[in-house]
Amino acid sequence: MSGTSSLGAPTARTSAPSAGHGRRRTLRLAGRTGQYAGLLCYLVFLAFPLVWLVSTSFKSPQELGRIDPTWLPQHPTLENFRAAFEAQPLARSALNSLIVAGGATLISVALAVPAAYALVRHRSLVSTAANGWVLVSQMFPFVLVIIPLFLVLKNLHLVNSLGGLIIVYVVWNLPFSLWMLQGYVKAVPVSLEEAAAVDGASRPRILRSVVLPLLAPGLVATLMFSFVTAWNEFFFALVLLKSPETQTMSVILTRFLGDEGVADLGPLAAASVLATIPSLLFFALLQRRLASGMLAGAVKG
Amino acid sequence: MRRAPRGTRGAVRAATATLLTCALLTSCAGGGEGDGDETVTLDYYSLAWQKESVAANKKLVARWNKTHGKVKVRYVQGAWDTVHDQLLTSFEGGEAPDIIHDDASDLTDFAYGGYLADLRDYLPEESRAAIPQAGWDSVTMNGGRVYGVPFLQEPKVIIADKKLLERSGVRIPTAGHPWTWQEFERAAKKLTRDKDGNGKPERYGTVWPMKEPVKQSVNLSLSTGGRLFTRERTGDGTKNTVRFTGRDAAISELIHRQVNKDRTAPRSGLGMGGSDTLPGFFAGRYAMVPLNFSFRQQVQQQAPDGFEWTVLPLPRGQREGENAQGVVPQTLSVAQESAHKKAAADFVAYMTTPEHQAALAKGDWLLPTAKEALKDPEINRREDGWRTGARIARTLRPSPTLGVRGYAEWSDKVATPAFQRYYRADTDLDALRDALVDDGNLILDRYQR
Repeated sequence: MSGTSSLGAPTARTSAPSAGHGRRRTLRLAGRTGQYAGLLCYLVFLAFPLVWLVSTSFKSPQELGRIDPTWLPQHPTLENFRAAFEAQPLARSALNSLIVAGGATLISVALAVPAAYALVRHRSLVSTAANGWVLVSQMFPFVLVIIPLFLVLKNLHLVNSLGGLIIVYVVWNLPFSLWMLQGYVKAVPVSLEEAAAVDGASRPRILRSVVLPLLAPGLVATLMFSFVTAWNEFFFALVLLKSPETQTMSVILTRFLGDEGVADLGPLAAASVLATIPSLLFFALLQRRLASGMLAGAVKG
Repeated sequence: MRRAPRGTRGAVRAATATLLTCALLTSCAGGGEGDGDETVTLDYYSLAWQKESVAANKKLVARWNKTHGKVKVRYVQGAWDTVHDQLLTSFEGGEAPDIIHDDASDLTDFAYGGYLADLRDYLPEESRAAIPQAGWDSVTMNGGRVYGVPFLQEPKVIIADKKLLERSGVRIPTAGHPWTWQEFERAAKKLTRDKDGNGKPERYGTVWPMKEPVKQSVNLSLSTGGRLFTRERTGDGTKNTVRFTGRDAAISELIHRQVNKDRTAPRSGLGMGGSDTLPGFFAGRYAMVPLNFSFRQQVQQQAPDGFEWTVLPLPRGQREGENAQGVVPQTLSVAQESAHKKAAADFVAYMTTPEHQAALAKGDWLLPTAKEALKDPEINRREDGWRTGARIARTLRPSPTLGVRGYAEWSDKVATPAFQRYYRADTDLDALRDALVDDGNLILDRYQR
């Protein structure tokens, strides 16, 4: 008996953990499935407007006037795209948007990186004050600053120029970029920099070879944020760019809207689809860097 | 030792000269107003929307530029959605376009703000004579000054499902013999179908898209002899007050009745804009839709094959003379800060000659204001309801909202929510009147002090 029991016990002992293991695995699997189901719902929620937009852009006016709209256009047509291109200077405005968003993004990130580093690594009264100022600057609504800003830019002969708008976007994006990057800089352990210093690396070398690579994910996130903000921005662009040659995509899109909320729906959807493509491409290109950058940081940290 | 300073001085002089030249060049180019041979370039800010209308505008501008050597016009495209913000910031920043396309309701604030030129001294006599006085009334304010040329307008009409209408056996109204509002209510009842009798009709006789309830309620009130805004001359200018008595409220009561009592118009329609009603109209859920004249273009574009529609004139009140409706015409104005007001006014006069008005009106599916332009054969053709519009043009009056200072605030803060609550039957007529009149006059007083 004792033999059996002694034999049985180990069996029981080995089988008990395996049963628990199985249960845990089932639980984990269920959890995972739940997670993915949740994610899928979220994805559908996020993707729905885009899918609807794309579908609308391929529908004919008659289909748009139907009371029971279909998910997919029944008679897909490129007519809306043709009409949109014919009616408005989309290519030129897209180029303007690209110049402005690209320029503003590069400059604001180039300024924000050293500033964030300095604010995090050299704690002083100044950095506290600077952070406070950054927060305060986020609280001004557009409408409050727009007229003074217009007058300042006018005196500098920067109204109606893409350069002027780039400056405005840089100033507008800088506080948040700074705020965002500070978090990433904080996450880079000082000990790593010290180790590099012990190995004889100079300050610029440390920044270039240690800090910057670890900041890559943060940089990418900030780049994306700045780009998308500048690309989508409407009000400053509307007010500051008066001549047709300089107007950006977001301003051109409003021309598909008529009086009292009437919209030229098909061409508007077509132009909007085109307007989202650069942002999507930008994300697709940088997204991989975002993930791999994080991984690199984790291993080294 | 002495040569260097001389060289430096020379360089400084050269640099100064270059800078001065640059400054001179930029000042010439920056203003966009003229150059050596005194050619003037004017900016024309246009809100033309439909493709045809943009093309018509550009064609007219090109023709002007061909025939006018000294005054060139540059076409600048604007958008209805953003016109107010765009203009306000331009005026404040001193960068306004010379010629401005807008609508008369938006002119009030700009006129009183001193941003628009009084055109009385600049417009040629034939311009004035071409447009009826009702048109001029809509742009005359601030002590008789004229702030724009009204050139396009659109009445409200009733777009109806032709087959349903004919089948119902109701009298088909014409521009010469429109329905009275009572007839309209009866027709709506006849056209409403509730087969299973559950109080939720499968087809409603009409629908009231009331996304912007104020403008419609005020403008339609003219058809029953109301006007909501009274105007009296006082020692220091015109004073407007709000009133909301029998005739002013008749149409609002009718809408309320159709939605909440007769159920000949769906409650869901109250939140809609004009475009939102069209799918339901095509699907036979609504038999008639009161819409602005230009919606015909959308109807024509979106209607399914075989769908027949017709344009009916707006019903009238029962008493003599009660067949008017308020409209807000589109206008061309000249900026006060323009350095070439006369030239700009000449261009405005050119764009608004009867012949040109007709071309622009056709492009945007609107009506011109000039009497001669309304005789254009294409504007009088039967298709797409053009003729109905042309024939009711004489019943159009300036909206009572025009020239009322504080109207925008009254509309946004008081009138819109008050009308919405009333049409949804959340409040009664007395509560609506209290809000419109008592709260409203407090706001207007603040502006007219």
